[in-house]
Amino acid sequence: MRVLVFVTASLLLAASGGCSSPWNDPYPAADRAGNTLYSAFVERPKHLDPVQSYSSNEITFTAQIYTPPLQYHYLKRPYTLIPQAAVDVPVPWFEDAQGRRLPEDTPQADVAFSVYEIHLRPGMRYQPHPAFAIAADGKPRYLELTAAGLSGVYQLRDFRETGTRTVTAADFAYQIKRLAHPRLHSPIFGLMSEYIVGLKEYSGTLKKANAALAAQGRGDAWLDLRRYPLTGVEVVDDATYRIRLKGKYPQFVYWLAMPFFAPLPVEADRFYAEPGLVSRNITLDWYPVGAGPYMLTVNDPNRQMVLERNPNFAGETYPGEGEAEDAADGLLEDAGKPIPFIDRAVYSLEKESIPYWNKFLQGYYDASGISSDAFDQAIQFGSGGQVMLTDDMREKGISLKTAVSPSTFYMGFNMLDGVVGGDTERARKLRRAISIAVDYEEFISIFSNGRGIAAQGPLPPGIFGYRDGEAGINRYVYDWIDGAPQRKPIETAKLLLDEAGYAGGTDRGTGAPLLLYLDATARGPDDKSRLDWLRKQFNKLNINLVVRATDYNRFQEKVIKGNAQIFYSGWNADYPDPENFLFLLHGPQSKVKSQGENASNWENAEFDRLFDRMKNMPNGDERQEIIDRMTEITRREAPWLWGLNPKEYGLSHVWMKNRKPNQIANNVLKYQRIDAAQRAALRDQWNGPVLWPLVVALMVLAVFGLVARGAWRRRERGKGRLDVDGTH
Amino acid sequence: MLRYLIRRVLYAIPILIGVNVLTFTLFFIVNSPDDMARMQLGVKRVTPEAIDNWKRERGYDRPLLWNGSAQGIDRVRDTIFFTHSLRLFKFDFGTAESDGRDIGHEIRTRMWPSLSIALPVFIVGLATYVTFALLMALFRATFLDFAGVLVCVTAMAISTMFYIIGGQFLVCKLWNLAPISGFAPGIGAWRFILLPVGVGLVAGFGESSRWYRTIFLEEINKDYVRTARAKGLSEGRVLVHHVLRNALIPILTGVVVVIPGLFLGSLVTESFFGIPGLGSYTIDAIGSQDFAVVRSMVFLGSLLYIVGLILTDISYTLVDPRIRFE
Repeated sequence: MRVLVFVTASLLLAASGGCSSPWNDPYPAADRAGNTLYSAFVERPKHLDPVQSYSSNEITFTAQIYTPPLQYHYLKRPYTLIPQAAVDVPVPWFEDAQGRRLPEDTPQADVAFSVYEIHLRPGMRYQPHPAFAIAADGKPRYLELTAAGLSGVYQLRDFRETGTRTVTAADFAYQIKRLAHPRLHSPIFGLMSEYIVGLKEYSGTLKKANAALAAQGRGDAWLDLRRYPLTGVEVVDDATYRIRLKGKYPQFVYWLAMPFFAPLPVEADRFYAEPGLVSRNITLDWYPVGAGPYMLTVNDPNRQMVLERNPNFAGETYPGEGEAEDAADGLLEDAGKPIPFIDRAVYSLEKESIPYWNKFLQGYYDASGISSDAFDQAIQFGSGGQVMLTDDMREKGISLKTAVSPSTFYMGFNMLDGVVGGDTERARKLRRAISIAVDYEEFISIFSNGRGIAAQGPLPPGIFGYRDGEAGINRYVYDWIDGAPQRKPIETAKLLLDEAGYAGGTDRGTGAPLLLYLDATARGPDDKSRLDWLRKQFNKLNINLVVRATDYNRFQEKVIKGNAQIFYSGWNADYPDPENFLFLLHGPQSKVKSQGENASNWENAEFDRLFDRMKNMPNGDERQEIIDRMTEITRREAPWLWGLNPKEYGLSHVWMKNRKPNQIANNVLKYQRIDAAQRAALRDQWNGPVLWPLVVALMVLAVFGLVARGAWRRRERGKGRLDVDGTH
Repeated sequence: MLRYLIRRVLYAIPILIGVNVLTFTLFFIVNSPDDMARMQLGVKRVTPEAIDNWKRERGYDRPLLWNGSAQGIDRVRDTIFFTHSLRLFKFDFGTAESDGRDIGHEIRTRMWPSLSIALPVFIVGLATYVTFALLMALFRATFLDFAGVLVCVTAMAISTMFYIIGGQFLVCKLWNLAPISGFAPGIGAWRFILLPVGVGLVAGFGESSRWYRTIFLEEINKDYVRTARAKGLSEGRVLVHHVLRNALIPILTGVVVVIPGLFLGSLVTESFFGIPGLGSYTIDAIGSQDFAVVRSMVFLGSLLYIVGLILTDISYTLVDPRIRFE
């Protein structure tokens, strides 16, 4: 009993202030009042090398570390490119085959080269890094490391000495060369080698050099790219470089806003090639080197990744202009102030949505999305259907921001298929009938909690060329009624089906019921309910939909070989240009013919011709007109069932400032601000320990112990009596 | 004993080769090297050249098990199986296909968080379950025994997932007594492992306690126990000194074999509690078609199982002097 009293007293003492932070605080007490952002990541990043990294879970980190020449304006919409490492957004000049400059309005066919000259901001310096450390003799401190030199080195921070240097144009050129590095796999090498002059040949040169090293038994040795010039990239001086492209490629500036084109110091490339570092997992893929506002100081992707302010960051200021409502939303209050505001950002691995959500509610994550499980807890719909936070969320001061993603999720028809594909009126009407029957508004309502809009064509909102309102509806599927698109009645679809020769879902020619096949990578119960729903949609037309559930590999194989009939797919924008979506329907990009991204294998001569014109045009009325014509062709031909454009819902706590959804830019951490004192106070308020269950549990244990002890004693005594009585 | 151990170790070699071949065959029935390359290179803008390069660099452009175009011994040696799988016998795990990380380093790093959960659950659990089972045996055929069995059956009927989610809801969210998930290196880990350990203990309580109770009840009516009682020993002494010692063989059979595998962790517990252990390493690798990790972990798992079986055999001789290695 004395133990029980002692434990209870200890607990009460601890709860009354013996601890400086709540018991359920997952972070060290010392970090409590720090200017730190707390967030989570669901999937561990694989690559942080800017030449390889391409996934959304990686760009969360790389975008804060690397400084490509350009970036997107944080507040302006539509998305606008502004300089980052560059002084301005480069405007290319054009040259003919002999290298003579051409006027700006030269037709595309006459342009042999586009030249982008990029002028760099002065004063940019790299984060502190051992690759820059210099020994007393003036040579790099950590070069030609021996086994003894690597003794005790397990992480990058085990190299005690660091250094820095100014970013130069040669670093940008070096990184472009790395796109063709034979030991790296840049996802954009194929695309860029079509445009950057000499890059394809450069890849061949590097392969030979690499093979020569391998032949000498030095296959892992550093490949110094400075020894091999790349004709398409010219370093003019320390602050200027030029990139020469074949023909016109206006979308190239968008690539200049991605880490693929960030500067990479040759010292870092050389440092990470030191023998013995790879086996210690010390690689550029793991420890990036940048000149951005943050640097990665902890990389434990099984637990936590930590970004800290780069002390050498050249500085930037918070934007002073944005959209009309930004001022009212308080997004311009920090205009002109130096950024970044936040000192540290701690990202914890959180694989499961339930702990993630609960920690957000406790204030241990500063922002969160909303999983389907938590949707009803967070969101309610007003009488007019407007989206609102629930009372619980509002009481906590949580705010909601929504934005339609520049993404599309569609159902593709394989145009090489004999039933749903082909350029025949019969197949076209069948596809249109299905497009009407599959009610994506219902899908969004049931499976996405209303988070999305039914797509009207290949372009999502926010991308130039997308039309809103009545002008933007797909008239083959919708009517404009009472100021809103209304899906055509199922009778219209049945009529189309009849005209296609499948009256009542039966092939008029053969008398056989129409059977269609959907290839899908079904994984769990959620998929089953979605597929059941889809079968019902097809059943509206008496079409039997057979779902061929398969694994990811077989699905990919079927799509690549053109053996799928109907399939699900999707695309997230690389950059906010219509070309980045319309190329998914461009004939020469056919998956079967050229292993491109046109998974439907749709080819339409007029569309392809318009695409070739549109892709090199600046945004304007003429481009809009062409896009309208292209969109109309796609709607008429219906190679896709347009599916949906998802809507992102983001929640953030009251102490988070300057948060605005930005679906294209990723380097947004530097703009955000935190009121750490308010956060600490609210965390304390929300997370006071409740001790009575512990007391009850201890009492139950004590009672159980006493009862057991009593029973034991009775039993022992009882046994003795029995023995005495001789009745045992 | 030494001869016995050597013999068992030699037996292990063909078993491990068999496991390796089976893993290799099953993996490549489901995934081709092209599939692996596509998975590692990402879903966007993957060209056939990039796939070929990836395979060539990693040696996946060779035939799987038999190289018909090679000569002599190279027909076997110049294959994916020989170059990738047999190196495991040198404990050379290589690097992961997905992120290039050294697999051995990853295992050494991640085993400690897994152990920090699994070891307390194992030790405290064993002590708790045996004690509870002994108590049920002590009070057999009484109300206390019935209540104990009822508790065990109820505990067995509830899924581990329920304990995890329920535990997180009650302890961490409603009562704010511990962090919901997370981990800290060193001594700071205690706050994060209390609840997972508690959940692990509760989740295993029903099944283990009932199993041990059954073992004890089987022993408790044997002649030697009756003799002990006839000699006037107390029931507690009979249980602990006679019944427990003689019930150790079936207990050890189930317990010792799992000891070496403890550091492999638990997938569900570690995922929900954010423990950076080895629990999800293999599953994640299967999902990402990372053959290097899959083969290493399967190899290690089989090896540890064999070690566990050998340890079990050795432990028999410690608790039962009648058992000899011969």
